[in-house]
Amino acid sequence: MVVKVYGPIKAACPQRVLACLLELGVDFELIGVDLDSNEHKQPGFLQKQPFGQVPVVEDEDFRLFESRAIIRYYATKYGDKNRKLYGTTLEEKALVDQWLEVEAHHFNDMVYTIVLQKLVIPKMGGKTDHDLVQNCEKKLEQVFDIYEQRLSKSSHLAGDWFTLADLSHLPGIRYLVNECELSHMVRDRKNVNLWWNDISNRPAWKKVMQLFHELS
Amino acid sequence: MAIKLYGAAGSTATLQVQACLAEKDLHYEFVSINMSYKEHKTPEFLSRNPFGQVPAFEDGDLKLFESRAITQYLAHTYADKGNDVIIKDPKKMAIVAVWIEVESQKFDPACSKLVWELGYKPMFGMTSDDVVVEENEKKLEQVLDVYESRLSQSKYLGGDSFTLADLHHLPVIKYLMGTKAKRLFEARPHVSAWVADIQSRPAWVKAITT
Repeated sequence: MVVKVYGPIKAACPQRVLACLLELGVDFELIGVDLDSNEHKQPGFLQKQPFGQVPVVEDEDFRLFESRAIIRYYATKYGDKNRKLYGTTLEEKALVDQWLEVEAHHFNDMVYTIVLQKLVIPKMGGKTDHDLVQNCEKKLEQVFDIYEQRLSKSSHLAGDWFTLADLSHLPGIRYLVNECELSHMVRDRKNVNLWWNDISNRPAWKKVMQLFHELS
Repeated sequence: MAIKLYGAAGSTATLQVQACLAEKDLHYEFVSINMSYKEHKTPEFLSRNPFGQVPAFEDGDLKLFESRAITQYLAHTYADKGNDVIIKDPKKMAIVAVWIEVESQKFDPACSKLVWELGYKPMFGMTSDDVVVEENEKKLEQVLDVYESRLSQSKYLGGDSFTLADLHHLPVIKYLMGTKAKRLFEARPHVSAWVADIQSRPAWVKAITT
């Protein structure tokens, strides 16, 4: 039975899960959830995810939510398909976890706010808080400075190979270089630029982008 | 000593790691980082945590930052020491991982502003911002409603046993239970019982009294 992933392809967190499943060669069925009509806040969906957010994953009778918990589970379950994705030793795993935490707290908070203010709120008829956006952009530049320094020492965040820590950034950076018009944050930094080119050209991510263009 | 924790008294993230070290009955050296003197922004400290935040950690040659990466490293590496704070079965551990994310992505953001307004500001002689408090109490209530439902079906957040999913909440709860925000926890019977249970753990009592 294939893994069911509930969520729209255009949303960042389902993309994170799909990228991981594709890296591991795990078959899935994507079941769309219509955020515009508030499908994610209906009782039926809240049964699956009490916070009313996407994605949710159902694997036979096993259900999970929180994209970063989902990717950790599958990378562990199918560790033999890609040993380096979540580390082969406890120390490697700890470093992957470290940079996953960095993505979740330092990086994602800024990107989420920028996307909310610049894209979502205007679409819903509200006003962008430009001061807040500027503040977040400044903080995000500082985060990228730290990434630039880190990536001068290793080709990827947790070491010299692609891991969940790099994968977790793909949807957010995609937003930055496209709709958010902040590609200079990546392009102006030599090591970050090399890293982004590497991770965004992986076949699994390109497949996610193909689905994104087909289904949107 | 092989395990060193670089942190500050009063830092909830530092306390998360200390709680875990206590549960695992591990000896460690605590190196105090003086944040009033901006010691967390010195080049030496930035080489341990490039974001200039506490805690930072080392175990022999391994250097880590981000408290939840550190606790997970300790839980897996020292699985046979002290109390279990993770679950071996992969599917059960995945559920624990879900609620570890929930604390990290939902509970902590809702609480961090409250801890600042109701906990730290009074300590520094500053006045709380009632608008910020009201807004964040509303967010916390939404999260605690989900917790109330979850804890009516499960003894602990991650399942039948105490795990990191519960432990990560302890430092913030410690602060908020000393403020008016405690009424939000006390108003929900399952949440209230769970708070009492996890706060009474001997390892936690040891972590906050030593």
